[in-house]
Amino acid sequence: MNTRPFQLIPGYLFTVVFVGLMIQTLGVSAQPHIYPAPPQQRKIVLIHGTIHVGNGKVIPNGMIAFDRGKILAVGETVDTSGAELVDVSGMQVYPGLIAPVTNLGLVEVEAVRATRDEDEVGQIIPSVRSIVAYNTDSKVIPTLRSNGILLAHIVPEGGLIGPTSSVVQLDAWNWEDAAYSKDIGIQLYLPRLYPSSPEAETRALQQVNTIKQFFQEAAAYYHEPQHTHRNLSFEAVKGLFDRSKILFVHADLEKEIWLALDLARTFHFRMVIVGGADSWRVADELKKNEVAVILQPPHSLPLTPDDPVDLPYRTAALLQQAGVKFCIGEDGFWQQRNLPFEAGTAAAYGFTREQALEAITLRAAEILGIDSLTGSLEPGKDANIVVSRGDILDMRTSQVEMAYIQGRSINLDNKQKDLMKRYVYKYGLDMDTTHIY
Amino acid sequence: MIIFSELTNQSDMKKIILCGCLLAAICTDTWAQATFPVNGIADPRTRTFAFVHAVIVRKAGDTVRDGMLLIRQGRIVSVSTGVAPPADAVVVDCSGKYIFPSFIDLYSHYGLPQPQQAERVSRRERGPQFISDKKGAYGWNEAIHPEIDAADMFHADETSASSYRKAGFGVVLTASQDGIARGTGALVSLASPDDVRDNFIVLRKRASANYSFDKGSSTQDYPSSLMGAIALLRQTYYDAQWYAAHQQGKTEGVQPDEGVNLSLEAWIRNQSLPQLFAVSNKWDALRAAAIGREFHVQYLIKAGGDEYQRLLEIKATGSPFILPLNFPDPYDVSDPAQTRFLTLAALKHWELAPTQPAAFEKAGIPFCFTLDGLKDLSDWLTQLRKAFHYGLSQEAALNALTLNPARFLGVADQLGSLEPGKWANFLICSGPVFDENTVWYQHWIQGYPYVLEANGWNDARGTYTVVFPGESFQWMIKGKPQTPSLQVFRKGDTLSGKISWNDQLLQISFPAQKPRRGADSVATILLSGWMHGDTLQGTGIAGDGKTLRWLAYRTAPFQAEQDTTSHKQLFYPNPGPVYYPFQAFGSEQIPRQPAAILIQDATVWTNEAEGILPHTDVLIRKGKIAAIGKNLSAPDAEIINATGMHLTPGIIDEHSHIAITGGVNEGTQSVTSEVRIADVINPEDVNIYRQLAGGVTSSHLLHGSANTIGGQTQLIKMRWGHNAEELKFQGWDPFIKFALGENVKQSNWGDNQHERFPQTRMGVEQVIVDAFIRAQDYEKQPSDKRRDLELDALVEILHHQRFITCHSYVQSEITMLMRVAEQFGFRVNTFTHILEGYKVADKMKAHGAGAGTFSDWWAYKMEVVDAIPYNATILDKMGVVTAINSDDAEMGRRLNQESAKSIKYGNLSEEEALKLCTLYPARLLHVDKWVGSIKVGKDADLVLWNDDPISIYARVEKTLVDGTVYYDRIRDSLMQVRNEQERARIIQEMLQAKAHGEKTQPIRLSLRFEEHDEADMDLDISDAPYRQAVSNKDQFIQY
Repeated sequence: MNTRPFQLIPGYLFTVVFVGLMIQTLGVSAQPHIYPAPPQQRKIVLIHGTIHVGNGKVIPNGMIAFDRGKILAVGETVDTSGAELVDVSGMQVYPGLIAPVTNLGLVEVEAVRATRDEDEVGQIIPSVRSIVAYNTDSKVIPTLRSNGILLAHIVPEGGLIGPTSSVVQLDAWNWEDAAYSKDIGIQLYLPRLYPSSPEAETRALQQVNTIKQFFQEAAAYYHEPQHTHRNLSFEAVKGLFDRSKILFVHADLEKEIWLALDLARTFHFRMVIVGGADSWRVADELKKNEVAVILQPPHSLPLTPDDPVDLPYRTAALLQQAGVKFCIGEDGFWQQRNLPFEAGTAAAYGFTREQALEAITLRAAEILGIDSLTGSLEPGKDANIVVSRGDILDMRTSQVEMAYIQGRSINLDNKQKDLMKRYVYKYGLDMDTTHIY
Repeated sequence: MIIFSELTNQSDMKKIILCGCLLAAICTDTWAQATFPVNGIADPRTRTFAFVHAVIVRKAGDTVRDGMLLIRQGRIVSVSTGVAPPADAVVVDCSGKYIFPSFIDLYSHYGLPQPQQAERVSRRERGPQFISDKKGAYGWNEAIHPEIDAADMFHADETSASSYRKAGFGVVLTASQDGIARGTGALVSLASPDDVRDNFIVLRKRASANYSFDKGSSTQDYPSSLMGAIALLRQTYYDAQWYAAHQQGKTEGVQPDEGVNLSLEAWIRNQSLPQLFAVSNKWDALRAAAIGREFHVQYLIKAGGDEYQRLLEIKATGSPFILPLNFPDPYDVSDPAQTRFLTLAALKHWELAPTQPAAFEKAGIPFCFTLDGLKDLSDWLTQLRKAFHYGLSQEAALNALTLNPARFLGVADQLGSLEPGKWANFLICSGPVFDENTVWYQHWIQGYPYVLEANGWNDARGTYTVVFPGESFQWMIKGKPQTPSLQVFRKGDTLSGKISWNDQLLQISFPAQKPRRGADSVATILLSGWMHGDTLQGTGIAGDGKTLRWLAYRTAPFQAEQDTTSHKQLFYPNPGPVYYPFQAFGSEQIPRQPAAILIQDATVWTNEAEGILPHTDVLIRKGKIAAIGKNLSAPDAEIINATGMHLTPGIIDEHSHIAITGGVNEGTQSVTSEVRIADVINPEDVNIYRQLAGGVTSSHLLHGSANTIGGQTQLIKMRWGHNAEELKFQGWDPFIKFALGENVKQSNWGDNQHERFPQTRMGVEQVIVDAFIRAQDYEKQPSDKRRDLELDALVEILHHQRFITCHSYVQSEITMLMRVAEQFGFRVNTFTHILEGYKVADKMKAHGAGAGTFSDWWAYKMEVVDAIPYNATILDKMGVVTAINSDDAEMGRRLNQESAKSIKYGNLSEEEALKLCTLYPARLLHVDKWVGSIKVGKDADLVLWNDDPISIYARVEKTLVDGTVYYDRIRDSLMQVRNEQERARIIQEMLQAKAHGEKTQPIRLSLRFEEHDEADMDLDISDAPYRQAVSNKDQFIQY
């Protein structure tokens, strides 16, 4: 390990005063050597940081104390007794960012079929679960952590009534370790309702009827005194009826969202729209029916050539004004590291930076039903914390210096940093790698 | 056919009353064909007819009143006045009638078999087809079949002939509408095959040579793109020149290097014919005309219907045009949730399309008409009347239907007017041919009569004395001659009756009397009868049921009354202006360059040694940066107050696929250096505007990466509103796209794609080496060699006149290409994508290659698993000229952000980061002498930002190209308001049109991925298909 080149580079040091148990300094670099962190051993207090609570509040020179994985206190001063103090002067402290919809860990290389596990066959497959295929050893995951993404909602594809999704934390040995909130919801992939042909709408509506009938029969099934033949799919969606699970409806167009709302009213489901390019057009109804939105990335093209060119940038602000509960999403898996910049762009178009931050932290947690655990830096919640040298929403300033998941100090190295160091070494480049961990 | 019913002797002349009943077979085989045996009694006739007392319109603007048209053997003998008909003529009294030359349509496939549409199996499914499947000594490409002669396949078809005749058309140019070189068209008459054999119907067997950009039923892969079709046409012209040159003086045209090529021989033969090019839109019309210019061919262009949108450019082609009349139906706008997908362009085209003929007339562009595209031929006059409503003159319309098409085809000595020697093709009407009340009675073609409307030829209208048994009364027949009405004056009552005709036979009914108070009902009198001259007579049933005989004789002719019949009222929208470009973000005027602009008090990022200058003014004159400094003054300049704003050079995207029509890839063969993006620029792509809104002033439009040696690229400036030619960056060094790795070896093309060479990175090297060896050998050949467009481009590379930008990822292939280039004495200018460039940065530096790379893409395919976001920084620090590119219409509008990632990933300075998307791409493209920095003398391609341009919070306020503001945030918001109003206005018009009974068309959209290198895995291999597939970033595209 002593021969690892990057260790020869001077300046590979933390700028924090009290380094404490920083696993990543122990000479890990190549991917297999990035170890998941052990449980938090002692109380930690981050001091002198600008604390972005995640609910809109900012504490300029604040402190945050956490122990045994939970946040104890947040404020201008907190009890530091017995704590390891970590000086984060000049830095920004954020709740761990949440990727609200991603196929992370289900795909490693998109073009290589053997590495794709995100799309199952069948029309009605709600019992299929993403969590069991989630690959904690994906080399992509560390590249997300190092940009502050600490939690992810792992959403598979396939079917009309699609698979079951789970929330994971991004530092784990295996999927059981990773599971943060298991089997939280079912996917519904509504047929597209754009006018492709005169019959397209009719065909789509027939599929919607298939969906409705499935749910009606499921409801009836639960009333059978005993089942001669058990139906795995009906049983998989039972949680929708008692509202313990969420129906994630993947829909973009106005008409698709109407049909989703009809389902929500008919069956009294907890519903979240995923995508929602047109959600701003249906904002009042979404609000009235308490249907939330995981919004498509602001870095999208407008739907039609005539739409205002900056409409996708502004959609988040439109939803904010209308009082719709929403968070901001990002495409794919490796792309998730750009989630904060999606929020940053939304902030440039009519929405404050703290609102933008909320849209990738607390709002996401609320929408995924994990806000009692995470999403903001508030006492009692998990210590999922990101520390950045500068504004995390702006690539110009975002430099994630440290991160904690449930109080565990996370290794922020990744394969790409390692390759970088390898060639900085090869070329003898005078490249400041000080805060490239 | 017509029955000449009753012959009466009147003075010396035989006079005929044409009644117009159909009688089959009377005329059959009267046109004796010399070589054909006769079964039965020979029936030779001269078919000499004199049409007398007619208003004869010989051609537009040349009318003879009370004239006589004399025809014999199907041809016109004379048109005269005051001359008695010759004794050997059948005289047809045309008093009160008009005679017009019948119409000609030059774009038809009348009488030809439908092309066999091969079952559409995607290439991905069936594997490649490199060479034509056609058996025989023909050319290599299945879409080039000049050897096909329509005359060989033609057989007259009475069903469609009759609908053409009813529409007034006597002659069409019929040709196969399949393929790129479609073969020759035949000029044929629309006489009935019941009258005339095909031998006489074919008036000219090779009347035109026809072309298009559509490969049609060809199952061969090449060409898969519009640019490929253009290259194929150009190459075929050169091939034919070469083939012809080697044929000269030889009796047998056997080429030592080609053998006999019947396709090229036919092509050569066809060059003397009128050349007809069918296109589907205005830009394709200009593309066709450009090919014509290159080979000194003036095409007759069958238009797409939207040419009015670019009339200046269309006129400049010098081409005559065949204009379609299939103006779009209004859309069904009853569902607003769907109507939003209707583009403003589609809405505006609906109301503007019928203005096209008038616009051509006004612009002095010669044109004729075609019925092509009309579902129902009987609909065409309604469409033509729309054109009249918008200012088309009747004279121009008549010319466009008669003399113009005859002239375009070089047959004006045969057709197009009523002059001696020409074919006797004419219409006999009740009035001016286009008038709504005019009845077209007869259509004569090649001297054969066809009845279009039998009723009314003999005007029965007038006042009659009616004789019933024991009584006499009067009635009046009035209304229209072919649908007259009856008024009866009997026993003091005025009664409304009905009269209906079948040629000379008639039925009449009228009430016996007015209803009387208390009476249950009134008996109806029913009459049948026949007409002879001024007399009507027959039998009937009286009110009491008794049979009666009756007679009526005309005592006074009909006195014309005011025509009160109401026609179906068409709705004519009141069209708005044409936008440049014809798109929602277009303007009524193309933005014009002001003489001077003074930008005051900006933070100026110069990209020069001066660095970032606070509170600085920049003066622009005639599109160039004239001065940079404090407190500049220029009284004549437009002032832009930029206090608090940042001014940067315009962003240059080294790798883009926006604004390309008809396919980004000609990915069918491994070497397609003959294709040119320059041929297929789409200046109306909304993505040009979207990029402007992201501060992009130039984009390098690349061929895709589906093959090793792709197409020639084109650098454009975002001069939104201008045409394709004007978008081109003048003076730039030409480039070409190469590609390596997974795409070109078809790794992800599906299981049926294992045949095309290469399938490995080893083979990729050989493709390139082989191509350059061929190019070197080609160059050494004597000057009369076959010009090879593919090798020409490679020779330019060898001579450092064309430069490579090469799609590449992994270090092995990067090094390979550099060594191959060195072997041939040139350098690879740019490696694009180049995600493993950091592994060979030293080699690239030594070779002199630059890099255009993604900021942080990876994991989308196997060859990018070692991609790192530090790539740009390492390359930059190693002294490799490095740019951040997009390959993506969405990311292309945020290249400032993508460049800023090099601050995050590798600590580049902000100033250096900005250069990654401005100065360095300019260097890569050899245009840094004009753009890329803010320096006196350079082009004023500038962006004004509200914030630090490298920040995520920065928004573009204005983008200037050549000192012209093409994007302005405020103007944009005004345009959005305008668009809403314009949409609302047209939607209301469409509703009115529907209320007036017009049929509507449904809104239909195709869902298409945005073009990028890796967008479409089926035919176009391009670099982010997966990203798209995952994100479902479907774009709604109107078609």
